[in-house]
Amino acid sequence: MAEKTKYKMARYLRKEALPTALCPGCGGGTVLNAFANAIDQLKLDPRDLVVVSGIGCSAWIASPYFLADTLHTTHGRAIAFATGVKVGLPDKKVVVISGDGDLAGIGGNHLIHAARRNIDITVILVNNFIYGMTGGQVAPTTPFGARTTTTPYRNIEHPLNIAEVIAEAGASYVARWTTAHVYQLIESMKKALQVKGFSLVEAISQCPVQFGRRNKMKEPAEMLRWFLKNSIPISKAKNMSREELEGKFVIGEFVNRQRPEFTEELNKLIEELTGQSGPGDENAD
Amino acid sequence: MKYPFPVGKSDFIQGDEAIARAAILAGCSFYAGYPITPASEIFEAMALYMPLVDGVSIQMEDELASIAAIIGASWAGAKAMTATSGPGFSLMMENLGYAIMTETPIVVVDVQRSGPSTGQPTLAAQGDVMQAIWGTHGDHSLIVLTPATVQEAFDMTIRAFNLAEKYRTPVILLTDAEVGHMRERVNIPNPEDIELVYRKLPANEEEAKYPFGDIHGDLIPPMPIFGKGYRTYVTGLTHDERGRPRTVDAEIHRKLVERIVNKIERNKEDIIDFEIFELDDADVAIVSYGIVARSAIRAVKMLRNEGVKAGLLKLNVVWPFDFEMIEKVAERVHAIYVPEMNLGQLYHLVKEGANGKARVELIPKIGGEVHTPQEIVKAVKRCEKCI
Repeated sequence: MAEKTKYKMARYLRKEALPTALCPGCGGGTVLNAFANAIDQLKLDPRDLVVVSGIGCSAWIASPYFLADTLHTTHGRAIAFATGVKVGLPDKKVVVISGDGDLAGIGGNHLIHAARRNIDITVILVNNFIYGMTGGQVAPTTPFGARTTTTPYRNIEHPLNIAEVIAEAGASYVARWTTAHVYQLIESMKKALQVKGFSLVEAISQCPVQFGRRNKMKEPAEMLRWFLKNSIPISKAKNMSREELEGKFVIGEFVNRQRPEFTEELNKLIEELTGQSGPGDENAD
Repeated sequence: MKYPFPVGKSDFIQGDEAIARAAILAGCSFYAGYPITPASEIFEAMALYMPLVDGVSIQMEDELASIAAIIGASWAGAKAMTATSGPGFSLMMENLGYAIMTETPIVVVDVQRSGPSTGQPTLAAQGDVMQAIWGTHGDHSLIVLTPATVQEAFDMTIRAFNLAEKYRTPVILLTDAEVGHMRERVNIPNPEDIELVYRKLPANEEEAKYPFGDIHGDLIPPMPIFGKGYRTYVTGLTHDERGRPRTVDAEIHRKLVERIVNKIERNKEDIIDFEIFELDDADVAIVSYGIVARSAIRAVKMLRNEGVKAGLLKLNVVWPFDFEMIEKVAERVHAIYVPEMNLGQLYHLVKEGANGKARVELIPKIGGEVHTPQEIVKAVKRCEKCI
């Protein structure tokens, strides 16, 4: 068995937890693969990484499969847990991987405030437009007019533009790609992991089982084609009206800037006041 | 370490302030909070002191986030605390269960105000007792401490951290607006005279593989905190000894939850703390906790002056609960009175403990004021007459 698996990224995974619980055709595997590649290309030691996730299919992308210290938390609260982890371990990379319903629905407030604080956490938000694990209910990201199990006729609400909101809220880095843009996704994950401050990579991902099936795209490939056909690079989108962008996926880097980072500011303050180093210091305990 | 407040001497301070100072002396290095009356003074004191002692105090966007952040910080290795009152405490219930399930040492202070809902924000109550014990869903146990004075608020805060670390569990310091806002003289010991407990860490890589395994036979697994290279996996799902999700195996679930409950239940003797006054020859007993116990002591003296042989059992820990001790008291008296600033909460536990050996009467009071000793005396005498 072991001889057959030549997947290079397998060394980053908890083998005993495989195969994953993700459905066939799910975009979650692509995101996990992209994330492992980003870590590999940056030559990051997974021991210097803490992964935090919430509840839902996308929370399972890295947890329990990615082999790092992992906190699989309650619904919506992953970023708040990660805030405590990051302040306690400022020298580690803290990454939140979870879904749109988890991070932008029930947990939307934490997402906005973590971006405002500009705490050095990387959030990989997997947006599949649906609550998948619970059976395909409408999400705050579901496109206008789409069918879900709780909008069986059509969705009469408008989706949240997550990347735009978080760029506006004060994050250091925000990018959006789809699972049809794997190389760009890896590059953005690498940038997000390296930037000092809050970073968000929104990965639009296919859920053929709960979303596509009810919206005339039951094959994963149909969904990927839908992504490609409707993706608009941000440079082009800047010259388009809201109406023209309705139903489109704006992809690319929304923001990449330097702003004072939360844990650094915390430690600066402590140093000013005490002349010592901050929390997370080995001598602190 | 230099402390930003006097140590090794007494000071005249508020209960909330005493809790903050005690937390720092207990080794708390991470505080996350959200403003709420009557607990805000704890937060403000932490914000003032923490950066001066190499610690962190941060304001989160709500109480859901506050408790989440302290759980995260605890896994990062910190002793961590949050403080709130009823409305915020209600918001914390889900993550309190997460802390229980993941065996994360944290201290949560609930400075009780009168509810339900927004209620009487500035006035005291004891309406959160059952919530503190049973508020989070599912089978569980935890530890709930109930200070009656500012000195006890100080001492029990230190004890709360020690118990949290020792038993790898959340501990709730259940106080109220009276104790929180009252100013009293408090003896603050020298830091070197304070006994501090630290969580058991894995001795080696092998031990770290079992973050939820009873590998020492004491029901308390060593905690492989993050950042040490252990690649620990922590989840609120039912998990095996290695932390791996096992959600449909009844035996694994039973083993895990029973161990989490038993590590508290089987250590009752170590955890439970109480005081007795004039109980030896008493005909009637008063069982009380928190601020009301102070009126109850006075009431015992007044009753004795009036010829009623009364005694007091003052509970400093309301969970775990010593049902057997209550039964022993019930065997020696004919009636037990439970004055509470609610419509009957701990009363039900006392009644269960008494096991029919003595009559158990509730003396309820709501609206924000503490029972006066006279009110307790009157209630006892009225009942004693009707027998």
